[in-house]
Amino acid sequence: MSRNAQNDHLTRLEQTSIHIFREAFANFRSVCMPWSMGKDSNVLIWLARKAFCGKIPFPLLHIDTTYEFPEMYEFREKAKEIHGVDLIVRINEDAIRRGIGYATHDPVTVTHELKTVPLKAAIDEFKWDALVTGIRRDEDPTRAKERWFSPRSAEGVWDYKDQPPEFWGQFASTAPEGGHVRVQPLLEWTELDIWEYIRRENIPNPTLYFARNGKRFRSLGCHPITHPVDSPASNIDEVIEELKLTRVSERAGRAQDHVGRNSMQALRAKGFM
Amino acid sequence: MSQTSHLSSVQKSAQPDIEDMRKMHVVVVGHVDHGKSTFVGRLLHDTDSLPNGKLEQVRKNCAAEGMEFEYAFLLDALIEEQEQNITIDTTRIFFRTTQRAYAIIDAPGHKEFLKNMVTGAASASAALLLIDANEGVMDQSRRHAFLLSLLGVKQLVVLVNKMDLIKHDQSTYEKIKVEYTAFLKSLGLTAVHFIPIAAKHGENVVQRSDKMSWWKGPTVAEALDNFKHEDDLTGLPLRLPVSDIYRFDHRRIIAGRVEAGAIRPGDELIFQPGGRRSTVRTFEDWPGHSRDVVGTSGSANFSLSEQIFVERGQVAAHPNQQPRVGREFRARIFWLGKEPLQQNKTYRLRLLTQNVEAVIAKIEKITDASSLEPIEASTVPRDTICEVIVRSTRPIAFDLHSECAITGRFAIEDKGRINGGGIILDSITEKTSGEGKVTAAERTARAGHSPAVIWFTGLSGSGKSTIAELVERRLFDAGKKVFRVDGDDLRTALNRDLGFSATDRAESVRRASAVAGLFANAGHIALVTLIAPLAADRAKARAALANHAFIEVFVDAPLEVCESRDVKGLYAKARRGEIPEFTGISSPYEAPEAPEVHIRTDKLSTTQAVELVINALDKILESKAEDWEV
Repeated sequence: MSRNAQNDHLTRLEQTSIHIFREAFANFRSVCMPWSMGKDSNVLIWLARKAFCGKIPFPLLHIDTTYEFPEMYEFREKAKEIHGVDLIVRINEDAIRRGIGYATHDPVTVTHELKTVPLKAAIDEFKWDALVTGIRRDEDPTRAKERWFSPRSAEGVWDYKDQPPEFWGQFASTAPEGGHVRVQPLLEWTELDIWEYIRRENIPNPTLYFARNGKRFRSLGCHPITHPVDSPASNIDEVIEELKLTRVSERAGRAQDHVGRNSMQALRAKGFM
Repeated sequence: MSQTSHLSSVQKSAQPDIEDMRKMHVVVVGHVDHGKSTFVGRLLHDTDSLPNGKLEQVRKNCAAEGMEFEYAFLLDALIEEQEQNITIDTTRIFFRTTQRAYAIIDAPGHKEFLKNMVTGAASASAALLLIDANEGVMDQSRRHAFLLSLLGVKQLVVLVNKMDLIKHDQSTYEKIKVEYTAFLKSLGLTAVHFIPIAAKHGENVVQRSDKMSWWKGPTVAEALDNFKHEDDLTGLPLRLPVSDIYRFDHRRIIAGRVEAGAIRPGDELIFQPGGRRSTVRTFEDWPGHSRDVVGTSGSANFSLSEQIFVERGQVAAHPNQQPRVGREFRARIFWLGKEPLQQNKTYRLRLLTQNVEAVIAKIEKITDASSLEPIEASTVPRDTICEVIVRSTRPIAFDLHSECAITGRFAIEDKGRINGGGIILDSITEKTSGEGKVTAAERTARAGHSPAVIWFTGLSGSGKSTIAELVERRLFDAGKKVFRVDGDDLRTALNRDLGFSATDRAESVRRASAVAGLFANAGHIALVTLIAPLAADRAKARAALANHAFIEVFVDAPLEVCESRDVKGLYAKARRGEIPEFTGISSPYEAPEAPEVHIRTDKLSTTQAVELVINALDKILESKAEDWEV
């Protein structure tokens, strides 16, 4: 790295994210980092390792919907090894017994049952008061309004109408009674930043992001509702070149976002990431 | 608007090959309904920055619900906003040109959402402020400018919007410009331009309007590309607030972000408040990611050459460029809390990573942020500006806002919620009120610490004065009241009548303890350096000073070592018999059995010795602090 490395755009983003990680770890009693195994999540792991001298001092959580792509399960085991993380895996067995699934239910219901509900259960079980998430402001208009430290009530609800002010590096560092705070180190990053950083740092990622037979995944979720986009980009360089020109939104392939006019907001207000 | 174009085609930079990837953060502010969201929607549209199908989708949604399409809907994604037509929270919109990336922050103009406007504006390097040409300068137009000045956003372009509603009339535009320029001037702000626009129709946004040929200045797009990134603070004195201390396999690693200046291995650091010093040994980066300097906004993690007590909140600086340390200052505050700010109420003050209790000691002035007129009130209502005296219960490290903005501003928290922010105007060291006799508690409050006596005993040449002088320097630099009562000095004045007999030695110790007691009564930390060879005499001194924190420091070195040092040539004289009853040679030294601090100066460095004393003092003062922290 060059002498003035922090003047470099990616390094600035990286250094800010590291600061957010450290402030969270210093302020909260018990921190957890949900891990989707997607690109943003993998960048988060990398940043956390940099923030804490190589070893992440809190557990990771994978909410397994049982609808992950098979390749993701393989990637999970490989990445767990590489990063030396403490991983907790949770599945909403009850919902699966009740037959909740994409074959019979709409994506908003399934997302809520298989992601949000087990996440809340895990928070109750482990009493985490801070969750580190990989959301970015450029992903979706509701996420654009997010804070670095974003409080959630005991019910997991995001009160987007009355968010705490955030200025001069001072964040809402107290979790609401019975609730927790979402810590979001990637807020200022864009999709392109993520890929450029992955290239620069050589961060492991699932190969589903790269084109096979003219299609690739730009955003990864449950396989029944996640669709590839048309793309010839079969490696990182090509993905980056493609993103510099694209005008298709990143989450275009994620069905649960597009059910109603404000489905993403409805999901997020109820506790979705 | 028949044609769109990229910003980059409007304004070419001097070095078109070099892509500036740093995002320029620009906040859009102004009175409610003066067209901020419409402007941003239009800007995105005209710079060809919208995702595919977004415009069509929003048009379709509007048609389905029987609403007229507005560019504002592109941004106002939340349900409530569409129903109420108000931007509830700040929205960030990212877009890029071949020259650089932008984050446009669309801040709400409605008065109820001032805290959100603050949140948006605080992260911006530049501001676009919209004024409705038809309505003119309104309440929030002025209030937002006041906040921009407090938040430190210096680059401002005013957009006189809705020119189409006033038939593009230049004289109305000029009137607004004159009126608002005068207002900005009273805040110490200057607008780079006043650009007449009609955001709804894209006039002078990216495309030049053919209806305002009288306007010769830039379009908004051109003005945007002329904004400069905030100043690089790497040239300023180092300010590194400690975020945390990590312990890894016996290494203690200090983590913190460089807020100003730069840090390198080998730098001597002073940690304030506290005043302990040490040297940066090395950066403890993740292997393979090591650095040789960390500049402003870099997150550093490093180990120190000498282990000293460091905690979250302290600010690391270079010793020749330290921050101020104090408990009282005058500040200008913007208050966002639902409950008014009250005098004599205790809040939490957060300045960088420092988080201390603080009292609003006095509300001096409350100002209406819009009219700039004083408000007569005993408490500070929400969304107003005030000047107050803030007094913290513990000393904090800070700079005046005019010296270093980043360490000269703070947030105020009440019941776990950030409810206001302020900038530090002056530091106050003197306090001039009270009645009757001045009490010990008052002296302690003014000093910011309890008094104490530290008694250094040991053979001549053991290093008492050397260590005491370093301790004094450290405490003095940390803003403590401290004075050294030196045995040799006493001997030339107060104790001129005394010799070295056992009786005279006892009297000498008694007098030294009396002098130390006076300094302690005056609120000082008194450092006594006196051989005081006899345990009984020292016990009497300790008893006489029982009202104060007392630390006995045994400065211990073998006689041979002391004699070999013989700085003053006294041992040589004693050996020649020229000094009778010389301690260690012809007179006994009774080593303390249970001193608070035992220093083997033949084994420890002076820095380590000083650290032992400071740590002992900190411990005893912390336990005392509860007596006076209110």
